[in-house]
Amino acid sequence: MDSKHQSNYKLSKTEKKLLRKQIKARHTLLRHEGIETVSYATQSLIVANGGLGNQVSRNQLLPVLEKCGLVDALLMPPNKPYSCVRYNTVEESKKAYDTLNGKEIVDDLGQKIILYLNFVEKAQWKELGLQTLPPGLKVIEEIISPEDEKMLLESVNWTEDTDNQNFQKSLKHRRVKHFGYEFHYESNNVDKDKALPGGLPDICESMLEKWLKEGFIKHKPDQLTINQYEPGHGIPAHIDTHSAFEDEIVSLSLGSEIVMDFKHPDGMTVPVMLPRRSLLVMAGESRYLWTHGITPRKFDTVQASKGHKSGIITSDVEDLTLNKRGIRTSFTFRKVKQTPCNCSYPLVCDSQMKEAPASFPESDKEALQLEQDYVHRVYEEIARHFSSTRHTPWPHIVEFLKALPSGSLVADIGCGNGKYLGINKELYMIGCDHSQNLVDICRERQYQAFVCDALAVPIRSGSCDACISIAVIHHFATAERRVAALQELVRLLRPGGKALIYVWAMEQEYNKKKSKYLRENRTSQGMKEEISNDTSVQELLVKELPNVGRQDSAHSVSSINDFQDGGCNSRNVANSKLPIHTNRTSFHSQDLLVPWHFKGNPGKDKRVESLGSLGSHDPSPVFHRYYHVFCEGELEAACQTLSNISILQSYYDQGNWCVILQKV
Amino acid sequence: MDFVFILKVLKSFPWSSHVRGVGPRGFPLRLQATEVRINPVEFNPDFIVRMIPKVEWAALLEAADTLHLIQVPKEPIQGYEHNEEFLRKMHHVLLEVEVLEGTLQCPESGRLFPISRGIPNMLLSDEETEILIYLKKKKKKKLS
Repeated sequence: MDSKHQSNYKLSKTEKKLLRKQIKARHTLLRHEGIETVSYATQSLIVANGGLGNQVSRNQLLPVLEKCGLVDALLMPPNKPYSCVRYNTVEESKKAYDTLNGKEIVDDLGQKIILYLNFVEKAQWKELGLQTLPPGLKVIEEIISPEDEKMLLESVNWTEDTDNQNFQKSLKHRRVKHFGYEFHYESNNVDKDKALPGGLPDICESMLEKWLKEGFIKHKPDQLTINQYEPGHGIPAHIDTHSAFEDEIVSLSLGSEIVMDFKHPDGMTVPVMLPRRSLLVMAGESRYLWTHGITPRKFDTVQASKGHKSGIITSDVEDLTLNKRGIRTSFTFRKVKQTPCNCSYPLVCDSQMKEAPASFPESDKEALQLEQDYVHRVYEEIARHFSSTRHTPWPHIVEFLKALPSGSLVADIGCGNGKYLGINKELYMIGCDHSQNLVDICRERQYQAFVCDALAVPIRSGSCDACISIAVIHHFATAERRVAALQELVRLLRPGGKALIYVWAMEQEYNKKKSKYLRENRTSQGMKEEISNDTSVQELLVKELPNVGRQDSAHSVSSINDFQDGGCNSRNVANSKLPIHTNRTSFHSQDLLVPWHFKGNPGKDKRVESLGSLGSHDPSPVFHRYYHVFCEGELEAACQTLSNISILQSYYDQGNWCVILQKV
Repeated sequence: MDFVFILKVLKSFPWSSHVRGVGPRGFPLRLQATEVRINPVEFNPDFIVRMIPKVEWAALLEAADTLHLIQVPKEPIQGYEHNEEFLRKMHHVLLEVEVLEGTLQCPESGRLFPISRGIPNMLLSDEETEILIYLKKKKKKKLS
């Protein structure tokens, strides 16, 4: 730190504030970026707030810095809110430190920002290595003349009625229009039997013929999507559905240039500049394996040197600046594919997806398989993230545990991250779960837990004073297996021992009150879009909406067979595909797949990184968990099939059906 | 009550084999340890007193033997509630000795279950699960 600050020099209020902010910047740099600042003067300074990531371009910052001396280098890493300047001499950098620290400048958006400077030993960044375009990707510059560009742009009538056949839609992040075939964002596919009348606009025909003749493209496209992006708009990273279109997908950029990000499933990102009037050709690996997307922002980080037009934005931090986006209109041409895809990237290919969409299990074996793929495996993958979202114990469960006599032995079958294991310190509680990763978390918290299957718990019969089974039984895929899980729970109890069971309820609205699950509906349009862009999400057949609630109005407990036969649910179609539930909405089927969305940075979870398969191509992978949600009375009916119990209490608690039973 | 429960895992827990639906002879599972950690825990006599009647003594004796722990009496001594020396001994054996690495073995089938980082993995293979379910069903039918 500057010696000035170490003396007993009395600081004014403003100076104190500045010092505080400067120290804060230093901490942030160290914590988030691993950049160590030093307390003595050096040639190099880190300029916090003076970065491409907060709309400060090279053109603005450099003159400010040059006023203090000869700038040897100005490194501006992409998307970072700081930059690093190296002066020729220590004197010059010291001068910059004294004059610029706390100085206000105006960013590219016209907003005032304050710079905070700190000395660093060396000004350098790790080189990201030589980058090349994704294989199969081409950018052909100036493929059309400015006159043709104007004509094409004028041909797009964004003001037409929406009932026009050339389907037009305003998505949250852009405007879209389709020709030839309509593209459905819900399924990421086109209706191949339903060509739109009129085909492609005439104006495109001659252009496409020319490209074909000149060898820029191999297929004559029959589908066109026109997108209009205003500054700040974007499109989530996605791979165009393999089975929907042929290998080659081309996109013409009009009106303004843009940077498109290509991502390899291994995590490598290659930003590619698409100049105005250029044609992007995606084929082979770049079309099938890499995702492409446009980050919604108003500025792109681009090469500062003149003469650089299309291609990769390198990570050369000495040659980056900002480029204000304009309105870009893209014409994306594709050829609809009539046969399944047989590309060499089966992991991201919907035609070759190893994992067939889950069907309703018809045998015990299929049920086991379903549970393995859509319950056990998923929890193993999402364990850390899942655990981070499960911290508040539910009050009624806490109440149950607190009411048990001191010294009771209690088993939590399906304990998850162990959030109930430490509720009552007077109990001897042990947990078990099928997921090793979740049990690891229990152990990290110093709880006793082991890994086992809830149908085969290695605890002696009659040894537990109480058991809890919270949000477990609904993961078993047949009525028989759900009863078996209850039976195993009861087996552990001593006569007189109690079990508390929670399962998710079909009825998410009860007594005219919406459950917390529904009330927390915050799904944004943007998020939905993201989901629909995930190629691992197949559109699964959604069966007709069942009547929510029981059909028999009697309050007596119906037999389990009623439920097996679909007593409260219309699901009686054999071999039916399991529908995918939309989070935070009512259930429309008792058996379903519930998506789990990774929020934040999934890369932080080592276990996701090691996954390396499904979903990893997407920045926010989605996993599906199988659930059988229970109708009113169903849990009681399942319990009643066990001969050695009596139901002490049954209730509804925040979207769950709950039973307290006692072994007789 | 005939079982033991031990917080620092395993040693006297009512582990029971779930392999092939083995009967009462599948109890207790045999404990072997390759890595044991002694972890000092604050002595709480009441906690130990409440735990003693739940301890499966035979299992504890066997575990103490295989783990080479201090001598454990053949059965809880008379008036242990007020015998601090005994309670401290039990406190050490039950709470302070932690098996980090080792195995649990079904005495009947010989099936081994690994213990790693203090976590026993008691999952069965698919075949074992199928057999177990089959046997359970058969048993149920026989009963009814």
